[in-house]
Amino acid sequence: MADRTRATDPVRPEEMSQTTWDRIAESKPFKDLMAAKKIFIIPAFVFFVAYYFALPVLVGYAPQFMSTRVWGVLNLAYLFALSQFFMAWIIAGLYVKAANTFDQLARDILEKAGNGTGGK
Amino acid sequence: MANISLVMFLVFIAITLGITYWASKRSAGANAYFAASRQITAWQNGIAVAGDYMSAASFLGIAGIIAFQGYDGFLFSVGWLVAYLTVLLVIAEPLRNAGKYTMADVLAYRLRPKPVRVMASLSTLTVSTFYMIAQMVGAGALVKLLLGGFVTYNQAVIGVGVLMIVYVVFGGMLATTWVQIIKAILLMAGTILLSILVLAHFHFSLADFFGAIGHVTYHDAKGQLVVKDFLQPGLRYKPPYGPLDLISLGLALIFGTAGLPHILVRFYTVPDAKTARHSVVWAMVLIGSFYIMTTFLGFGAATVVGPDYIKTHGGTNMSAPLLAQALAGNVFFAFISAIAFATILAVVAGLTISATTSFSHDFWTNVVHNGVERKPGEEVMVARISAFAVGAVAIAIAILLGPTANVAFLVALAFAVAASANLPVIVLSIFWRRFNTAGAVAGLGVGLLASIGLILVSPSLMAIDPPTVSGAARHLIQARAWFPLENPGILSIPLGFLGAIIGTVLSHEPTSQHKFNELLVRSNTGLGAEKAGVQ
Repeated sequence: MADRTRATDPVRPEEMSQTTWDRIAESKPFKDLMAAKKIFIIPAFVFFVAYYFALPVLVGYAPQFMSTRVWGVLNLAYLFALSQFFMAWIIAGLYVKAANTFDQLARDILEKAGNGTGGK
Repeated sequence: MANISLVMFLVFIAITLGITYWASKRSAGANAYFAASRQITAWQNGIAVAGDYMSAASFLGIAGIIAFQGYDGFLFSVGWLVAYLTVLLVIAEPLRNAGKYTMADVLAYRLRPKPVRVMASLSTLTVSTFYMIAQMVGAGALVKLLLGGFVTYNQAVIGVGVLMIVYVVFGGMLATTWVQIIKAILLMAGTILLSILVLAHFHFSLADFFGAIGHVTYHDAKGQLVVKDFLQPGLRYKPPYGPLDLISLGLALIFGTAGLPHILVRFYTVPDAKTARHSVVWAMVLIGSFYIMTTFLGFGAATVVGPDYIKTHGGTNMSAPLLAQALAGNVFFAFISAIAFATILAVVAGLTISATTSFSHDFWTNVVHNGVERKPGEEVMVARISAFAVGAVAIAIAILLGPTANVAFLVALAFAVAASANLPVIVLSIFWRRFNTAGAVAGLGVGLLASIGLILVSPSLMAIDPPTVSGAARHLIQARAWFPLENPGILSIPLGFLGAIIGTVLSHEPTSQHKFNELLVRSNTGLGAEKAGVQ
């Protein structure tokens, strides 16, 4: 499976010096990439951890409340547990979408890095 | 009945051995042997991750826990899927971008390689062997139940051990991958079929099905006939410590899955980080669908078969096979049983290859021989030899423990070590500039010791048994447990992080900070990542 990034990647990392890594890390495009990632990943992580741990906390400490029947015998506890699956799938889907932007930003950095080091 | 099981299992063995033969011709060279030449596609790796992950504990164990303890068992199912968000958002891509064969590769970029690799290898071997022993004892006990008369416990353990050694020694990662893919497809097929049959039993009426779950009738521990709503929480996790144990379990699952070595190595088998990402999503679709269907497996067994019948026909772990038998007779029972074997085999093969990769790549090549192979192919050869050793040790321990040993805690231990030792150091090395070697060694050491120590003094190993309990089923230490929870995560994970942070703060290592930029750029852009193809 050919990868477009690699195929056009003009950088030879083994020849790169510490200053090159530092220069890329300090560059604006790289900082933009990191910022873009943080804006998505940190809230997504915090949200899913909070949503997930609400389940054991509520089930453990408010079992009576969670036993409230919503539809037939289906109670809050089961429906909330079931909703976790869809929560996980939705966040995964949103991440894949957001990551396409990250890929684009990373490609730009790789191309610039190639020009900067004068490689090929 | 046992005959049909045996035939189906033999068919599975024949197919997997064929694959191993095919893979053996494509496993020359370290890249091919350890990482399947990094040419596994996203969907293939996603299915293989699912096959690597869904162990006998999740197939037989979960069905049993739900059948006996209702809703509380379903909480395991939830955690086992949601955990993949940590893998997806935090671990998979940086690991693929910056590593080669093991998680220690990522740590070794900016830290002093030797101490870090020794500790990472130790932790990997601990997780893998404990998990493997739990699976092998489970396999032996299962075979004894299903093929009693044909095969003894010891023969079953040896059989499973020998097969996993053959897959790994001859077929490497490529054979392991395809064994896992076939197993995952079989497991999904069996589970879907079983779920449809459960629904058919209730005339495809969800209302009837859930209505039946609302009043499950059985005899409790005191012999009283009781009727319980199995959708109500609290049948397993009771006060005073139950709720805390539940949270602790959640922590171990959410942070431990992303630190399980046999899952992590799978992300080195794909061509790049983007494929790794897509493979996690594939895995999440499969794993999520499977665990939602544990609703039908577990509650189906509780309502259609009933806890009383299961208790007298092999116990909790037989819930799913007995459900199959009740719904569609002996052939289906045999089919589900054969799937259970396949499940165990695929998981132990994954564990074996992750353990041997770590031993040969981290310890042998990079610690003992300073990162150079003395002759070409040495790394792969050492891995093959260590696969024999790991397999032999696992067989020996499983036989020594015997079929009645309490091994469930070993799975809890594996997740606890992964969450408390592995995950903190991987995360800190990727995200914290100040992090250094002393911190990594302290984090891995404290996380490992805290997990093992707390499990040793937990109710899993410490309790006062009545005299009627005998042999291997007795608790190791006959005294009141010092630590009240079965899952140590709630204490051991903070301890692991604390060890890593204190170790870092107390020491000074300018190079690790200096080289942080290199790891940062590599892990986030894929610059210089290991390429696909046979080398």
